[in-house]
Amino acid sequence: MSSSDTPPSLYAAREPVFPRRVSGFFRTLKWWIMAVTLGIYYLTPWIRWDRGPEMPDQAVLVDLAGRRFFFFWIEIWPHEFYFVAGLLIMAGLGLFLFTSALGRVWCGYACPQTVWTDLFILVERWIEGDRNARVRLWNAKWSLHKARLRITKWTLWALIGLATGGAWVFYFTDAPTLLVNLVQGTAHPIAYSTMFILTATTFFFGGVAREQVCIYACPWPRIQAAMMDEDTITIGYREWRGEPRGKLRKGETNPAQGDCIDCMACVNVCPMGIDIRDGQQMECITCGLCIDACDDMMAKIGKPRGLVDYLALKDEVDERAHRKHAPIMKHIFRPRTILYTALWSVIGFALVFALFIRPEIDLTVAPVRNPTFIVQSDGTVRNVYDVRLRNKQGEPRPFGLPIDMTALFRGPITGPKFFAIIASFFVVIITVNVYLAVSAVRTFPGLEVKNSYVASQTFDAEKAAQLALGWNVGAVVHKDGELVLSITDTDGNPVEVQSVTGIFGRATNVRDDQTPKFVFDGSVYRAPVTTAAGNWNLRLEAIAQDGTPFHQRVVVIVEH
Amino acid sequence: MSKKPEKKEVGTTGHSWDGIEELNNPLPRWWVWIFYATIVWGIWYTIAYPAWPLLKGATEGYLGYSTRAEVAADIAAVDAKNADLVGKLEAADLSALSGDAELYQFAINGGRAVFAANCSQCHGSGAAGAKGYPNLLDNDWLWGGSIEEIAFTVSHGIRNEHSPEARWTEMPAFGEILSKEEIAAVVEHVRAISGQEADAALAAAGETVYLDNCAACHGDAGEGSRDMGAPVLNDAIWLYGGDVATLTETVANARFGVMPAWSEAYHPAGGLSAAEINAVAAYVHQLGGGE
Repeated sequence: MSSSDTPPSLYAAREPVFPRRVSGFFRTLKWWIMAVTLGIYYLTPWIRWDRGPEMPDQAVLVDLAGRRFFFFWIEIWPHEFYFVAGLLIMAGLGLFLFTSALGRVWCGYACPQTVWTDLFILVERWIEGDRNARVRLWNAKWSLHKARLRITKWTLWALIGLATGGAWVFYFTDAPTLLVNLVQGTAHPIAYSTMFILTATTFFFGGVAREQVCIYACPWPRIQAAMMDEDTITIGYREWRGEPRGKLRKGETNPAQGDCIDCMACVNVCPMGIDIRDGQQMECITCGLCIDACDDMMAKIGKPRGLVDYLALKDEVDERAHRKHAPIMKHIFRPRTILYTALWSVIGFALVFALFIRPEIDLTVAPVRNPTFIVQSDGTVRNVYDVRLRNKQGEPRPFGLPIDMTALFRGPITGPKFFAIIASFFVVIITVNVYLAVSAVRTFPGLEVKNSYVASQTFDAEKAAQLALGWNVGAVVHKDGELVLSITDTDGNPVEVQSVTGIFGRATNVRDDQTPKFVFDGSVYRAPVTTAAGNWNLRLEAIAQDGTPFHQRVVVIVEH
Repeated sequence: MSKKPEKKEVGTTGHSWDGIEELNNPLPRWWVWIFYATIVWGIWYTIAYPAWPLLKGATEGYLGYSTRAEVAADIAAVDAKNADLVGKLEAADLSALSGDAELYQFAINGGRAVFAANCSQCHGSGAAGAKGYPNLLDNDWLWGGSIEEIAFTVSHGIRNEHSPEARWTEMPAFGEILSKEEIAAVVEHVRAISGQEADAALAAAGETVYLDNCAACHGDAGEGSRDMGAPVLNDAIWLYGGDVATLTETVANARFGVMPAWSEAYHPAGGLSAAEINAVAAYVHQLGGGE
């Protein structure tokens, strides 16, 4: 419970984030990726692709009414939906691959939430100025000036949202026609409502919610921890180089201080509103802007770049110890990423293969099961089949359906045919069973005891007598193929027995069984044996000088 | 390190597991507002739309929305679209129906629905019939298998009290006319002419009984009569069964299969329109047995 008397607030207010402008390698990369991804999204519906008469000429089109999906020269029908499933699996594996290799690159560079938020912040900066101006405006009271800036910004955001929602609906019907209809007000209400909803969500997610979508709504930041390991390249702060941090005047140097001059550049540019110097954080989308900001500052104070940088967690240990860390390729190529790539490629090849072998014309025949057959008045039986044709060629085609019954299935399956099927079934089963039974019996190591009841009558007495001997038995096979058996008494002295014999063989079958001829050399018993590496048992039978029998199974692990 | 201390100062819920404490972090403001908005929405919804159950039905809602009315409007729209085809089907010459591809397809698809709703209860969803209910897929027809005959049977039915034109014949119960021995003999004869295993001596004796009592309707050779609705006896199809016990029961007690008259003239509550009868006749006719 909170220690204070006032109950805690039910809600947490959002702390506004005002990312500062930054330039550098990663910022430029992000501009390019934004231009390419948004360009693809906005322009794709306008690409034309001639498929002949009576077919839509839009390169990428989801024809919901006709239940077809067009992608340039590829046309997908509902029964080929596995392509979509396969692509989704590939997208998932691709995400795993990139996350385990490069951390949250998807989040930082390609995710629509990131890209649109970036665009919205760009607009915001154009209208309202950079960070400091925006902070001032945020804190300022409402005035004509503030209202003008806000309304201009919101209008531009709404226009971007409208284009975004518009681009979406253009994927579902002929784009030029729809655009004319939209302008004339004759388009379907669903087109308008979809555009309205997507405009509103784009405005809300890109303009208002921003980083909160990543922090609160998106499941991926929570899953990604499981996809990353110490080899994953991610953004980190070289704390061993930067600390202890401290301000530095121009031209001043302080050898006791680390490289970090606590200028807050990395914090001010962060679109997530975090401090990368606090270490790995769930909020970090690894957009790389803090690297640009810090590199810029390091150049100004004449220090090497990379105080904040892409690095693997493993490198940290090496760098702290002033060792050179492993090359980047060594981090990226590891069993995990190779496995993801392999799986990804297998599915990709399978899909491409399936794409080339799929038929343009398709015919399925299925027996009608309601009823399964119809008896005619002359006693003959009529079977009914459902024939389905699919013609994806987009032009009329004649179909013929010849009927050819093979001899095996002509007529009813009765008498000899049925017997042959059942007999071959049992022949297979019996053959397999006999083979397994014979193999089992052949390799059976043998009886332990002929009659357990008879054996039990003397077992306790024999056991007591054997234990009374107090022998300690050990066996080992030397490299030269000599089995050495040692029998010692309670004092550790070797025991000479009346007779010693036994069976030396494998634990599981009798194929390699042999009877070693033991010779006592005064301390141990030696016998030549033929062995291979593995688990061997010596089933020892000895008789002591006083006539007490001694049985023991000695396990011998042979390693050569 | 420059943490944001003011953010971390939230209390715990007092729950502790192995020393791990649960912070009592507040909910994000937007989440709370959405939560309140859903409550407001919920109240508005129950006022605007049918919601509260009362003793008789539920509140109608301020907007007066009704899914039932929407469905009725959809049905009316489809009916209006099909009015032309329905009119043509009503007046169609059934024997020439298959010549008009569009109308024929319309009739078969409509007939399938009519059959499923009205006929499948007895004749089965696949039209394979059941004991006492004819199989409509085979090539054996009691009263005729042309499309017109089927339409007539559907309209007026069989052995019912509603249509004066219902097909009507009645087999006598021979248990009161023939002796047990004669019935046994005639059953063997029927089995013999239908190509089944039969006692030759009994069957020979049964032939006389058959010719005297049965041939008038079922024909000398058991070829049946469609005028009488008398089943063919020398084929492999049986309405009730061709075994000795069933045949004996049929001869002794007779059968009286009834089918309702489906025309709306005789079946005011749930009858079929002329177009629907034509449609279902076309559907049954093309199932495989039509003549």
